[in-house]
Amino acid sequence: MKVKLKVWRQKNRTSAGEFKTYESPELNPNMSFLEMLDVLNEQLAVRGEEPVAFDHDCREGICGTCSLVIDGKPHGPHRGVATCQTYMRSFKDGDEVVIEPFRAAAFPLVKDLVVDRQAFDRIQQAGGYISVRTGSAPDANSIPVPKEDSDLAMDAAQCIGCGACVAACKNASAMLFVAAKVGHLGLLPQGQPERYKRVKAMVEQMDTEGFGACTVTGSCEAVCPKSISLDFIARLNRDYAVALLKGDPKKAASGGA
Amino acid sequence: MATLKSNIPSGPLATKWENHKFSSKLINPANKRKYKIVVVGAGLAGASASATLAELGYEVHNFVFHDSPRRAHSIAAQGGINAAKNYQNDGDSVHRLFYDTIKGGDFRAREANVHRLAEVSVNIIDQCAAQGVPFAREYGGLLDNRSFGGAQVSRTFYARGQTGQQLLLGAYSALNKMIAAGGVKSYTHSEMLDLVVVDGQAKGIIVRNLQTGEITRHNADAVVLATGGYGNVFNLSTYARGANVTAPWRAYKRGACFGNPCYTQIHPTCIPVSGDYQSKLTLMSESLRNDGRIWVPKRKEDCGKEPSSIPEDARDYYLERMYPGFGNLAPRDIASRAAKYVCDEGRGVGPTGLGVYLDFSASIKRLGEDKVRERYGNLFDIYHEITNENAYQTPMRIFPAVHYTMGGLWVDYNLMSNVPGLFVLGEANFSDHGANRLGASALMQGLADGYFVLPATIATYLAGVKPDQRPKAESAAFNEAEQSVRGGVQKMMSLKGKRTPGHFHKELGKIMWEYCGMARNQAGLEKAIQLLGSLREEYAKNLHVMGESNDWNQSLEQAGRVGDFIELGELMCRDALMREESCGGHFREEYQYTTADQEVRDNIVNPGDVKRRDDKFAFVAAWEYTGTGKTPTLNQEPLVYEEVKMSTRSYK
Repeated sequence: MKVKLKVWRQKNRTSAGEFKTYESPELNPNMSFLEMLDVLNEQLAVRGEEPVAFDHDCREGICGTCSLVIDGKPHGPHRGVATCQTYMRSFKDGDEVVIEPFRAAAFPLVKDLVVDRQAFDRIQQAGGYISVRTGSAPDANSIPVPKEDSDLAMDAAQCIGCGACVAACKNASAMLFVAAKVGHLGLLPQGQPERYKRVKAMVEQMDTEGFGACTVTGSCEAVCPKSISLDFIARLNRDYAVALLKGDPKKAASGGA
Repeated sequence: MATLKSNIPSGPLATKWENHKFSSKLINPANKRKYKIVVVGAGLAGASASATLAELGYEVHNFVFHDSPRRAHSIAAQGGINAAKNYQNDGDSVHRLFYDTIKGGDFRAREANVHRLAEVSVNIIDQCAAQGVPFAREYGGLLDNRSFGGAQVSRTFYARGQTGQQLLLGAYSALNKMIAAGGVKSYTHSEMLDLVVVDGQAKGIIVRNLQTGEITRHNADAVVLATGGYGNVFNLSTYARGANVTAPWRAYKRGACFGNPCYTQIHPTCIPVSGDYQSKLTLMSESLRNDGRIWVPKRKEDCGKEPSSIPEDARDYYLERMYPGFGNLAPRDIASRAAKYVCDEGRGVGPTGLGVYLDFSASIKRLGEDKVRERYGNLFDIYHEITNENAYQTPMRIFPAVHYTMGGLWVDYNLMSNVPGLFVLGEANFSDHGANRLGASALMQGLADGYFVLPATIATYLAGVKPDQRPKAESAAFNEAEQSVRGGVQKMMSLKGKRTPGHFHKELGKIMWEYCGMARNQAGLEKAIQLLGSLREEYAKNLHVMGESNDWNQSLEQAGRVGDFIELGELMCRDALMREESCGGHFREEYQYTTADQEVRDNIVNPGDVKRRDDKFAFVAAWEYTGTGKTPTLNQEPLVYEEVKMSTRSYK
């Protein structure tokens, strides 16, 4: 099979970008989408044209590095998989396939199809953790966790941090991403002491980074490669509301030796 | 010759680590912040080390080539992490985990290191549970376990089929906590391209920013490499595409010895290769062997038939037949070789004949499809995405693939290489798995090194270094290293040859798999060394890199990594050629058990099992660089076993 590729090319953040059209070489339907791009790039290099820059690493749907909007959909045509798990058998011989980067103001473009998603790291740094010093943990079985809670926490914890939720959202909101972390830690007994402080700090950082507001259209859930549920956004909103009502904790009286 | 001092503490095995920690030096809290430590990599080992060192008060600078510290390939580990908790009350203990790991490594690992690993394994689980890692639980709320290859107890903790992801996100969260607290400065899209050695000690690194091409110097009091393994030397492997050997290889060229480079793990359960375009192979977790049964048809003529049409008595459940004691849970090296044997006999299945069945029908009958889905659902999904087949209805087809490298930079008991000040953690070092790693032990080692071992051992080195005395980044050694990096980049850009880096990588992979893969022999290895020498020379003349050096350039990144892989491949073949024995994952066809051996007649091993030669090869091979294209020097660290007797490994 062969396809016609319409690929977004942009040298860097400051120069203008445009679509360029390429004829793919002969393809095997069992190739992954990224392997198809590898083959295209080899062909471009041999012709003396610069290969298309695209992000990828594990190629098994878990590292969250690959991105791409394929025919208008982040991570391509299928539900619950990342671009790297999309195979050419999902397309027909002769199809035109449009490939764009994840577009969002908070994800500035690096080159071609590569964007910078460090805003996600900064949101995590704002509070996406349980403060536990190495070596200070009690025996792992000393705090039982109901299986249902642990399973639900795992549903949220599966987030691979790819940013498809942002790319799909008309407001470029990062709510599903933030909700996944808040939900994961908030469901576990270990996460309770910092639960409300965490949600407030993470939401504030999300706003600072320039992600838009959530209007619960659900496009994020539809493209999430881990099918993370919109329910976690409801949980986040609840926790955030409680955090606002509680207000900031009173500063402890100073003292000490 | 390099000086290799293993620094294994004296005294009884079980108290070595405790005593060593007590006799290790301490640094007072006010002085700790004066020491700057560079950590390269943020997988399990790098992220946990960075976070913990920063908690202790050191100034930590962490470098990753990824766009975020959360992307390292630890994230892809599926099945689980071992720990000697004995929560199942099935007879596990620190000593049993130690013994299983030593035996699993075919008696080629260091006793003291492995015992320490088993000791701290229990702390890892506590640490991760406290961080909020959502491990699988039983209905009572306590942690669940499953069993893994090479063990007869259930000691593997897991989070569905995404244990590596959850542990890595735990370590990443600890790292984030310390970045927020100002203890760690994080550099992303930053690739280490050289180690700076001043007066024989590691004192910094040279880094290229992958977005801008800018080359910068970073001085430090100590350098920690946690950069993972080098299985991508085979091109096709279960590694992430970006995984590379560049950081350790550049350190090797600066004097660090490379330990046991030929010890490679070929994982038995991966999805078979389907075509020439393929960029990577996908693992199907070993945990599947808990409930899946591996078989091929007894008769060659049946190989093309629908598996469901082949009756029970025409199937050969060969692992159960050959190794009745461990059956489908035989260690990885043994299970992989057995698959190779049955395929060599012409009994392989699938379009290429290089595949065996992993069949869940018995488990589905016993447990129901829902239970199987709960345990392995995501793995069945991955299998479906790649092959378009439903493994609930038809058996999976699997074949061995390169998965892990036990070899790596040589380190002493303190995880310090022979270059003082250079520490190496996780898969990047050679230390704990001998000639074969057991399943669920990589996650254990990465986190043990990062959370518990290095933070305790690094102080002994730092205590001997005055705070605030580290060499300036303007000094001569930094100048020289930076010039060397710039020269390397310029050379690759200017060659304007005819072959792309990817093209060279494919050829390298073919040579390595053919001659240095699952089975090796003298003639093949000698041929490979010759082929790789020519490939190295051609690479230096005929490389073609597109784009510019001061810009995002994936072609340039790949070119540098492939160049290092070609040189490493040569070293691996030399090591495999030197080691005239078979052990664990290193199988030299000349050294295997046959029906003439007493051990076969006594039913301890099967014909075709690996045959060690303890009288000649009970040592760690630590190779020392002498110049590109020159024969490296072999240093030997004898493996002295005080507790365990080296015996014939039997899983029958």
